[in-house]
Amino acid sequence: MRYLLLVCGDDDAYQAMLADEEFLPTCHRWSAEMEERGILIGGGGLQPPDDATTLRVRDGQVLLTDGPFAETKEIIAGFSLIECADLDEALEVTARHPVARYGTIEIRPFLPT
Amino acid sequence: MNPATPREPRMSVEAVVATAFRAEWGQIVATLIGMTGDWDLAEECAQDAFAQALQSWPRDGVPRRPGAWLTTTARNRAVDRLRRDRVGAAKQGEAALSFVPAFVDAPQDDSGVPDDRLRLMFTCCHPALAFESRVALTLRTLAGLTTAEIARAFLVAEDTMSKRLVRAKRKIRNAGIPYRVPPGHLLAERTGAVLGVLYLLFNEGYAASAGAAPVRRNLSDEAIRLARTLLEVMPGEPEAGGLLALMLFNDARRDARLDDAGELVVLADQDRSRWDGPQLEEARQALEAALRRRRPGPYQIQAAIAACHVSAPEPDWPQIAALYTQLLRWVPSEVVRLNRAVAVSMARGPAAGLALVDRLDLPGYHLLPATRADLLRRLGRPAEAAAAYAQAIELAPTDAERRHLVRRRKDL
Repeated sequence: MRYLLLVCGDDDAYQAMLADEEFLPTCHRWSAEMEERGILIGGGGLQPPDDATTLRVRDGQVLLTDGPFAETKEIIAGFSLIECADLDEALEVTARHPVARYGTIEIRPFLPT
Repeated sequence: MNPATPREPRMSVEAVVATAFRAEWGQIVATLIGMTGDWDLAEECAQDAFAQALQSWPRDGVPRRPGAWLTTTARNRAVDRLRRDRVGAAKQGEAALSFVPAFVDAPQDDSGVPDDRLRLMFTCCHPALAFESRVALTLRTLAGLTTAEIARAFLVAEDTMSKRLVRAKRKIRNAGIPYRVPPGHLLAERTGAVLGVLYLLFNEGYAASAGAAPVRRNLSDEAIRLARTLLEVMPGEPEAGGLLALMLFNDARRDARLDDAGELVVLADQDRSRWDGPQLEEARQALEAALRRRRPGPYQIQAAIAACHVSAPEPDWPQIAALYTQLLRWVPSEVVRLNRAVAVSMARGPAAGLALVDRLDLPGYHLLPATRADLLRRLGRPAEAAAAYAQAIELAPTDAERRHLVRRRKDL
């Protein structure tokens, strides 16, 4: 089964992660291990929502907005796309995700293809 | 479950079917989910099998092994329906498949435990489901209560309960919650989740037995039945035995908890002759069997405390206080500390108890001021006791408890 991990956090979590010297190396180790296990398909960290562009098409017109589609305290800081046997494996993999100690990770199963 | 259904000569076929329903429903649903992976189909086919039993048993007689008959009937029905669905799918241009479901060879669970009911219990009680959903699913799929019955038991609209069940089953399917006994590294934690659901069910029924709707009383019976099943399929898990013993100890005192006027009677004042002796004996044996495995846990300790409460001629308070100290290692809560303080007050006097009680912080919990009041009364400080009773009366959650506290205050 495929799951999308939506890696979320507020500004406090973001600052705490940046202050932790071990944070980035731990992220790399997690990614390397999950790739080797054939679990991690893709993903990465994201620039802040300030840099987002929001797009809609209405009546054939492309409408752009500078910024995220919703202002929230919790922001999506990154994502991972994983392939697991079942939710239990996804839980095990996500519990070891370095951001889980600071922010929140939403595990979303994909629709069947 | 034991296929030998008790059949007395004068038992009606309806009663035989009802008994078989209690004994076999969970097993049949669990087997069919294992076979088809489809929770709704499993429930519907189990339902059909019992409906068919009501039709054919009066005519053909009750089969020698009703459980096997029902399982076979439900399984045949599922195979029929899957075949029909496959034929329908084939007509739409998809490859025709053999009617034998592909998931018959579902992978064995890691523990090698074959019982489908255990897989069903762990799946219903998966921590990715909301607690209330776990409780509802367990009652529906394992105990066979109808949605309407579960809704009544939890005082919510049937429609609300129906949506809760639909949503939980959809999540199990869509989120990939596995239908299995969890592997070793998850087993202890997940077993705890199952025990927690069963204990909540028991307490919902037990707390309500003081004058509330009798349907909630049935929750205690269902919880005991499920705990027996759990112990049957996990005989090596001492906490399952501990939980069953704990339930049996408490349930054995149910008739003595209320007097003839329907008023609450505290344990010390209960008429011991109204306790269910054989059930207490069964509880003691279940507890001893669990303790012999030498892997203590919170349910075994609570059962041991319950055993000390009913020991003759009076409760063994020093032992109860010691057991609460042990329990704190697993459940470090203020409520446990309060119970320990009560035991200490009985073992070593009210002053020792009061010293412990005064250190506790349990805002809004009526038993804290109620306990203080009792201790102050025993210490001969009636004015302070009356003030504490007044506090407790204000916080008491049920009328029966309020009346009980008012009576205690009057006795000052």
